Amino acid sequence: MTTAGTYAPKPGAAPLPRMIRAQAALETRMLLRNGEQLLLTVVIPTLLLVLFSSVDIIDTGAGEAVDFLAPGILALAVMSTAFTGQAIATGFERRYGVLKRLAASPLPRWGLMTAKTASVLVTEILQVILLTVIAFALGWSPHGNPLAVLLLLALGTAAFSGLGLLMAGTLKAEATLAAANLVFLLFLVGGGVIVPMDKFPAGAQDVLGLLPVSALSDGLRDVLQHGAGTPWADLGILAVWAVVGLGAAGRFFRWD
Amino acid sequence: MRSEPVVQVQALVKRYGTKTAVDGLDLVATAGVTAVLGPNGAGKTTTVETCEGYRRPDSGTVRVLGLDPARQSGELHSRIGVMLQSGGVYSGARADEMLRHVAKLHAHPLDVDTLIERLGLEGCGRTTYRRLSGGQQQRLALAMAVVGRPELVFLDEPTAGLDPQARRATWDLVRDLRSDGVSVILTTHYMDEAEQLADDVAIIDAGRVVAQGSPEELCRGGAENTLRFTGRPGLDVGSLLKALPADSTAAELTPGAYRVGGKVDPQLLATVTSWCAQHGVMPEKISVERHTLEDVFLELTGKELRS
Repeated sequence: MTTAGTYAPKPGAAPLPRMIRAQAALETRMLLRNGEQLLLTVVIPTLLLVLFSSVDIIDTGAGEAVDFLAPGILALAVMSTAFTGQAIATGFERRYGVLKRLAASPLPRWGLMTAKTASVLVTEILQVILLTVIAFALGWSPHGNPLAVLLLLALGTAAFSGLGLLMAGTLKAEATLAAANLVFLLFLVGGGVIVPMDKFPAGAQDVLGLLPVSALSDGLRDVLQHGAGTPWADLGILAVWAVVGLGAAGRFFRWD
Repeated sequence: MRSEPVVQVQALVKRYGTKTAVDGLDLVATAGVTAVLGPNGAGKTTTVETCEGYRRPDSGTVRVLGLDPARQSGELHSRIGVMLQSGGVYSGARADEMLRHVAKLHAHPLDVDTLIERLGLEGCGRTTYRRLSGGQQQRLALAMAVVGRPELVFLDEPTAGLDPQARRATWDLVRDLRSDGVSVILTTHYMDEAEQLADDVAIIDAGRVVAQGSPEELCRGGAENTLRFTGRPGLDVGSLLKALPADSTAAELTPGAYRVGGKVDPQLLATVTSWCAQHGVMPEKISVERHTLEDVFLELTGKELRS
């Protein structure tokens, strides 16, 4: 038995930074522990980078294949974590009442979303480190301004997060699982990740070029492969997706 | 214990599309344990979830600890504990990991290890939530509701599907919460649970409170109680009835089996036995049936099955 007074009320929220840190740490642990998530965020990008850099399957144009592939794979890594992984995880958290239960905790909803974003960023940093090391081992020689690269990755994360959360907050968990994987596959093929955009018919290129994954891979390639300055057009496309996606997610997201 | 109400609901209406889930419900809960009883679909969960800040009323007012749950959820959520009917945990999280996490969201949490031991969850530390048994999942959800040392705890069917041991453990914890000054609002289907735990019972049907009071008050206020005995067949029931107070009933149900209805008290029992003595009858198998909360509940909410 417990001594009297054990449960005597002493309520109170923990300090906000502590709550958000704890939540972000938990979300990151959940993600890194999940086999399917790791397949999506680590195994597939790594395999594609190694396979297509070392085996001449796709004509990637002049120069080293890895110089073409590495920027596309970085875009894929951002998409896999911010969009596919986040959509599936959040969809099932919604389905299993995790979001609902946390909504009744002292952690405010925006705090939960901040923690989710932090967890996505931590995962992306780990992905970028891993993929960069592998790309260097494969003979990658990147160019350009690192700040432009960071800006592209940040806006890409915002755009994909908005779309992923919109999906997770409106569809059933199973539908989110199926749709997020399908979109991952379509964007992988049609978004300039491993297949150069000029392989598609001109009319298709115009449409595909507006996808967030195309803008991200194209922008990263302009900077990292060709040493271009800040790719404003691609940043603009990503910014529009981010505003529309995050806005719609904020408006339509259902917590239960 | 009886002071400021912890929950005050006035004329609450909540609709989902064309279906009215809560239809002008009034409920006042004071400190202590309040049980909300009702058939499926009566509006229990909707009412509780409105108090927890999950749903906005279509009309009416709700105050919990003096706060408006829809507009002051931030302050409210740091002062209450919530146990949902199911779920609420990451499927890949371990039991102790999730409980420790919820503890970290509070300023003065309970000791997690003690709580785990108290609820018999020691063996589940390394097991992920989806591999826990239903009873273990329920107890973890209960632990998550109390770990932040709340003033008020909402428990939505806390013992549904539990085995008798786990039910006792949950009941013991609710009693400890009560004696330590934590108020509890619990919904339940189990009449014995309400009788065992509640200071106050509210019976909800079709979106309204149809009766409220202590379990004793509700049982007393319900239909008359019953005294049964067996004896020689064919006794003169009319003569027995004359000996009884007004408003009593007496009948021979089957040959030799008699039922007396009315205000069953020691006086009535003495009247029946002395009547039997006068008529040379040896009453056997005398039994007194007091109405249970279940009788009251069925009387108020009907006996037909609900979908």
